[in-house]
Amino acid sequence: MCLAVPGRVLHIEEGPLLTATVSFGGVTKDVSLVLVPEATVGDYVIVHVGFAISKLDEQAAQRSLEAFAALSELGEPEESAP
Amino acid sequence: MKYVTEFRDSKAARALSEAIRRTVRRPWTVMEVCGGQTHAIVRFGLDALFPPDLTLVHGPGCPVCVTPVGLIDQAIHLASLPGVVFCSFGDMLRVPGSARDLFAAKAAGGDVRVVYSPLDALALAQAHPDRQVICFAVGFETTAPAFAAAVVQARRLGVKNFSLLVAHVLVPPAIGAILNAPGNRVQGFLAAGHVCTVMGCEEYDELVRRHRVPIVVTGFEPLDILEGVLLLVRQLEAGRAEVENQYARSVRRQGNPEAQAILREVFEPAPRAWRGIGEIPQSGLRLRHAYAEFDAVERFRGDVALVGEGGVEDAECRSGLVLQGLLKPPDCPAFGNRCTPERPLGAPMVSSEGACAAYFRYRRRTDSLQEVRHGE
Ligand code: SF4
Repeated sequence: MCLAVPGRVLHIEEGPLLTATVSFGGVTKDVSLVLVPEATVGDYVIVHVGFAISKLDEQAAQRSLEAFAALSELGEPEESAP
Repeated sequence: MKYVTEFRDSKAARALSEAIRRTVRRPWTVMEVCGGQTHAIVRFGLDALFPPDLTLVHGPGCPVCVTPVGLIDQAIHLASLPGVVFCSFGDMLRVPGSARDLFAAKAAGGDVRVVYSPLDALALAQAHPDRQVICFAVGFETTAPAFAAAVVQARRLGVKNFSLLVAHVLVPPAIGAILNAPGNRVQGFLAAGHVCTVMGCEEYDELVRRHRVPIVVTGFEPLDILEGVLLLVRQLEAGRAEVENQYARSVRRQGNPEAQAILREVFEPAPRAWRGIGEIPQSGLRLRHAYAEFDAVERFRGDVALVGEGGVEDAECRSGLVLQGLLKPPDCPAFGNRCTPERPLGAPMVSSEGACAAYFRYRRRTDSLQEVRHGE
């Protein structure tokens, strides 16, 4: 039920629900941006039951991925562990 | 898919699990609260990557599972009324009520529709002004703002034939109840990243202060969960108890102010019974008085009173123990034989976030590690 997935905002319509076209890996859906009014075209938003609930912080995502990559380098000699 | 696939990388998963192994020196028991995380853990076999001293138990974070059986009975009754269109998320349809489920009500002629969003239910109300459209409002703090927004929109548009049967539940009171239970053995929590995306972290500061347990706000992909566990065991080994945010790409400390504002505008906290667990004070939401016209319980007062709040559980189902992390699904005697997704005895076997469903679906395979390796 708390399943929420990131998608990219392609287009925003004016109106009380701020309905946007959001692409999820190529599949598009209508999503309300009323809870994340600061989102603009090109942003990634996290979508739950037809509503964006946050704007994805791409820099924070990048920092996580870099930390994982650094850890993987360190962990290299133990690659053969079960 | 961007921002999904990268968080399933197998090399990083191994490195994180190595780091967990190196960190753990004493036995610890930690709980992931959210059923979405339970599914990821079981699906990707993440628990197999942990050292034997680290025990992960599954929590009550499945709103469908904890919806009281009496409320399901009310839903079934309302869905069977002539002139009603009853809308629900799909996984609610097979949840057993006292005698039958919503699916049976549909088969018997009730107009039951599966919706993806509360806005789909509102659109149905606009399309059928001569019918009463009721939507089953199930979910945690993640979902409540969406239902609140649908109610505000219904009022703005003057839609009179739309109402909610509200079953919303709140996470922090449930964590408090687990910590207060006699014999509790949970020493740290992975908190649900999407709940905190909406609500922020402050309510968890309070729990940490009161109970001195570490809480790590965690995302839903395999690397998120492994990193969340790593941060948690680091705190435990160092004797720290803090709220940490693993899921910074979505969770801000203060949460989402717009979502909180609309949630508080439309709903207020209320006592709520959790199926299999019992009543937890102020652990649910109800519509505020100003929005009572959208409350299906008010609108169908006579019908709801007829059904009451009792409800009869299946005597064999151990869902209460499963939801409190006291029993693993395969240890339930009915699991996989008398209880299957086709013929469930309890809600955790059919909910998309139910622990029993996760084990039934994924635990009979041996290739789960493979899946982390190959991304999707
Ligand atoms: S396996 Fe079935 S009967 Fe056992 S606890 Fe889970 S839902 Fe209940």
